[in-house]
Amino acid sequence: MAARLKAGDEVGGFRLGHNLHRGGMAMLWSVTHPDHDPLPMIMKVPIVEYGEGPGAIVGFEVEQMILPRLCGPHVPRFVASADFTDQAFIVMERLDGSSLLPVIDEAPLAPERVATIGAEVATALHDLHRQHVLHLDLKPSNVMRRASGEAVLIDFGLSRHDQLPDLLAEEFHLPLGTAPYIAPEQVLGDRTDPRSDLFALGVMLYLFATGSRPFGNPGGRQLKRRLWRDPHPPRRLNPAVPPWLQEVILACLEAEPGNRPATAAQVALALRHPEQVPLTERAERVRRAGLRTVAGRWFKAIGREPTTAPAVARHLASAPIIMAAVDLAPDQAELADALRLIVRRILAIEPGARLACVNVLRTARLAVEFGEDEQGRSLHVRRLVELKHWARPLGLTDERVTYAVLESPDPADALLTYARQAHVDHIAVGARAASAVRRFLGSTSSRIVAEAPCNVTVVRARAPGEAPWNEPPAEPQAAARAG
Amino acid sequence: MLIAIFSDIHGNREAFEACLDDAARLRADRTVLLGDYVGYGADPAWVVERVRGLVAAGAVALAGNHDRALDRGDEAMNPMAQAAIAWTRMRLEASHRAFLASLPLTAEDGERLYVHATAAAPESWDYVTGAAAAERSMRCTPARITLCGHTHVPALYHMAPDKPAVPFRPVTGIGIPLLKQRRWLGVVGAVGQPRDGDPAAAYALFQAETATLTTMRVPYDVETAARKILAAGLPARLAARLHEGR
Repeated sequence: MAARLKAGDEVGGFRLGHNLHRGGMAMLWSVTHPDHDPLPMIMKVPIVEYGEGPGAIVGFEVEQMILPRLCGPHVPRFVASADFTDQAFIVMERLDGSSLLPVIDEAPLAPERVATIGAEVATALHDLHRQHVLHLDLKPSNVMRRASGEAVLIDFGLSRHDQLPDLLAEEFHLPLGTAPYIAPEQVLGDRTDPRSDLFALGVMLYLFATGSRPFGNPGGRQLKRRLWRDPHPPRRLNPAVPPWLQEVILACLEAEPGNRPATAAQVALALRHPEQVPLTERAERVRRAGLRTVAGRWFKAIGREPTTAPAVARHLASAPIIMAAVDLAPDQAELADALRLIVRRILAIEPGARLACVNVLRTARLAVEFGEDEQGRSLHVRRLVELKHWARPLGLTDERVTYAVLESPDPADALLTYARQAHVDHIAVGARAASAVRRFLGSTSSRIVAEAPCNVTVVRARAPGEAPWNEPPAEPQAAARAG
Repeated sequence: MLIAIFSDIHGNREAFEACLDDAARLRADRTVLLGDYVGYGADPAWVVERVRGLVAAGAVALAGNHDRALDRGDEAMNPMAQAAIAWTRMRLEASHRAFLASLPLTAEDGERLYVHATAAAPESWDYVTGAAAAERSMRCTPARITLCGHTHVPALYHMAPDKPAVPFRPVTGIGIPLLKQRRWLGVVGAVGQPRDGDPAAAYALFQAETATLTTMRVPYDVETAARKILAAGLPARLAARLHEGR
């Protein structure tokens, strides 16, 4: 029936315009509807032909179930759908422009551009994971971009919602995904780990940075090779790839999900702050693992069973990003100590948490070139040194902590912007003692409480005369032990 | 149309009242009762009278194995359940027992079949505890959606044409659209004696227009229900298990 549709037909109240695309599984039509003007829309019509398997139907069912539950800028807006009783379709927002597919032809790209695209896609992925959905078919052709810059993920036909039945779980015995991008655990039939999407992101970044695919485009049984054979390090193919980018890409491409970054938010954070990526052996690797290592992995892999990963929400909750907004003013030392005590407690409860220490260097409103001159630079560096000094007693390893000195005339605004961009889950901020000025102007902490996108803990130093804070002496690894 | 579905109340007045209040708060338009109003709990007469009132107001009510055991006995029942049935028999009036005896084993409503245990053989009282049993039940009815109880553990099974049934553990409060292209079997948890480790009373809501099924959990006064069981001289285990949800 889908094949007989033509421009001008009316389907479920929608008027068909142009036929935009005809793929193996679905046709795309531009459509209009008097009630939904002026939103540009497309209709996706599954192609179910005689003698074909159920692939198109199940993929359509999955998308029909998941898309209406998604919201936000990183997914197309759902408009309407109908089942196979009459003519099956899904109508959604139409996104202008093209996918990331043509970007492959430009590869290798400059590292900064790889990082920018990667951070945008990671941000979109984190938003999707927060909504309980794993994409499981991430690839350049499934990423669009809005005019405003946000990446938009499309095609949820292979996706999984961790609070809904997985209609694909036992439908097929073949690995479900796209050969160059599919994660090793997906090859084994495990569809429960959000870090499978990070593997696919790693493949995309590798491709954009080097111009070639890390595992080629294998078929059939060759898919399993990625369980034991690591790719050539990107810097070997393109020496212009900096060590930090190789670090991030190879971390995403780890065969064991547990060795990849814990969340997409952490990948986005790393790609936005290259200077703070802790470099490991991966960053300097010049060749693939030797035959002995590969043989060992192969031996391990043939006995590997899919593990039951924690549900997406639980997984994300176990690796939160905590932001400490540190006031470094000399007269606020007690407040800074009180803040550290609270941060220590939060980190003890959340052993998987990462800490972002942030300080705002207040600039005059019109001093556009602040930071450009030597005085400005040295002040920035001094703040960074002080910030690291503040965090040192927490005894955190480099992978668990990042530092940022923001420059802004409006500290609350700068902190809130950072919290949003870094997908911070919990802000700890000090409140200075009350004063007439603060009552009149409003304090930084109260604005953060009012506007933050996440949890906020407000910390106060005790007034003189009360019992002082009794912080235990510095204990390296205290937080790790507490976990 | 929002349908509230209750199963396995088992004489637990506190749990049943809490679930009825919850469904009323959510403005359910219709009530379906999947059986087992008595056995285990200390308020069988009150529950039967309440069910009789609901049926008079238009509710659909089926019979469960405990309701049928009042008249016919049931050798398959464990000794604790037998003891509870013997105690219950003395607490019910003839009119209560006549009402329970009049209830049917199945009911059809559009694309839905209601049954206490399994559509494969309603009076066998076989349990749908896995995909194979769910598939047997689904293959024995033309209805696209089967809703049953009896196991005291909420579950959902779906089956595409020419495929085996696949199990799913529903998440409380999350509505699941029962998509048209496949068949579904929903096991509604127990109001009066949950056995999945959560002591809160379970029931289900079905939104007919969108074919969306939602598993609900309602905390209730377990202490009072358990105390009454002990005061009635029923086996102490029947009180303890309410606290554990086992």
